[in-house]
Amino acid sequence: MGSDTINITLKVWRQKNAADKGRFETIAVNDVDSHMSFLEMLDTANEKLILAGKDPIAFDNDCREGICGTCGCVVDGIPHGPNKAMTLCQLHMRKFADGDVIAVEPWRARAFKVLKDLMVDRGPLDKIIQAGGYVSVNTGSAPDANAIPIPMEVAEKAMDAAACIGCGACVATCPNASAMLFVSAKVSQLALLPQGKPEAAQRALSMVATMDALGFGNCTNHKACEAVCPKEVSIVNIARLNREFIKAGVTSEAEVDLPLALVPAAEKSAKPRAASPEAPKPAKPVAQSTSGGMVLTGSIYILTFLFVLGFIWQSLASFL
Amino acid sequence: MVWPLPLIPQPNCMERMRTMAWLTQTLGSSIGKKVLMAVSGLSFIGFLAGHLAGNLTIYGGADAFNGYAEQLHALGPFLAVAEFGLLGLFAIHVLVGLVLFWQNFQARPVRYAVNKSPGGKTIGSATMPYTGVLILLFIIFHLSNFSRFFVDQSATTIYQIVSNAFANPVYVGLYVLAMLVVALHVSHGFWSLFQTLGLNHSKYMPAITVLGVVLSVVFALGFGFLPVYIAFMA
Repeated sequence: MGSDTINITLKVWRQKNAADKGRFETIAVNDVDSHMSFLEMLDTANEKLILAGKDPIAFDNDCREGICGTCGCVVDGIPHGPNKAMTLCQLHMRKFADGDVIAVEPWRARAFKVLKDLMVDRGPLDKIIQAGGYVSVNTGSAPDANAIPIPMEVAEKAMDAAACIGCGACVATCPNASAMLFVSAKVSQLALLPQGKPEAAQRALSMVATMDALGFGNCTNHKACEAVCPKEVSIVNIARLNREFIKAGVTSEAEVDLPLALVPAAEKSAKPRAASPEAPKPAKPVAQSTSGGMVLTGSIYILTFLFVLGFIWQSLASFL
Repeated sequence: MVWPLPLIPQPNCMERMRTMAWLTQTLGSSIGKKVLMAVSGLSFIGFLAGHLAGNLTIYGGADAFNGYAEQLHALGPFLAVAEFGLLGLFAIHVLVGLVLFWQNFQARPVRYAVNKSPGGKTIGSATMPYTGVLILLFIIFHLSNFSRFFVDQSATTIYQIVSNAFANPVYVGLYVLAMLVVALHVSHGFWSLFQTLGLNHSKYMPAITVLGVVLSVVFALGFGFLPVYIAFMA
């Protein structure tokens, strides 16, 4: 197993708060036990920083056993580090060699604001869940086993989708900062099962509309998300989300139901419920991006129309 | 929104506009835009296959190729309808593609200092917007070379125009390069369009992926060899 302690150099992103510009700081961490996890290595680095009277590196973490989805940063360009199917807390320092320089960055996406150092606000993922990632029925007490027959392979597919821990690594690695793998997992785990079917159309429409309004990018099928997902959620789920969305958009009468916080300010003032003091502040960039989307869509239609009109005129002229 | 209304007197006109909101909402969403890309993209694959089949008449000599062009032009209004359709789809593919590219660029305002591919990405997928713009430039160039809208075809036959163009080695090089770019675009576009339309199934996806690669090789060789043949062998 080789040497048990290594010396490494961290190039870690430091940012005081959301308003700060941030920069990389080089921190030498000596005598790292190679059986430590990556987070334990950060802990030891922080202890030394605190003893030296400096601000410790802020990073998210909770269970440290790979199941909660709280931890995660981009290590040498890959979310959760170089190991496949593994969260950052499960990455061990034996993966690194003595003298390595390791770059550590927070998740980067317009939708994820950096709060401090490596901590980002993943609240937008919660907002997507609020838009429809649930079933609104009284489930009562646990039903009898096999009261609702569900084939084994369907249950397995739903379980594979439900393995998503919402860590946001898919967004972090996506060249377009798209949240499609997350949304597709949350839509799939419900759409596959009988309990989720009654609200499937409304769910697909609302969750996708919320995802778009929050400033996530558009999926272009790079498959990078699938490669970094610590729970190996498959892009087959994205195809299912596309199916569910197209089906809902074209055949159902369900309408988009955005969470209150995302309703554009103009519409909200017309609604009496928005007058309550605890109603969250209207999210300004959201209102902008919605109207921006309308302008874009509108101009696409107009330009297409003009294009076709011009061509008809051209070719009629050539025929006559 | 205002100007057509007085011209088309209809009761409940605004109500009709409102009820069409589902269509703009569906097509304007991230998935809707990709569906537009997928459907128009699939049409172009079909067009390329037809275009390649027609162009293969070049191997039959000048008469065969000119005959094919005459037959095509004899379709008259049908050809015009096909051309309008193609142009409309083309406008959608280019404009929606540019919107997607811009939105995706904006979705990550602060870039990573270290970039490393975790896998999944291919050269084709990573270069889609760039190969797309190159193809757009190529198509403008291509139409300005050979199209009946830009080149007077009353005095010379299409075969003469084509063989004159490919007498210039620069043209041959440009066309061969453009076909490699098209092949790269198709190599990601083909399987990707099925994924976007939700048609990812464990029984068929492996075959679709292979077919995408086969198609891009067929397009690269099929189209790419034509200028070389005309320049050096015909």
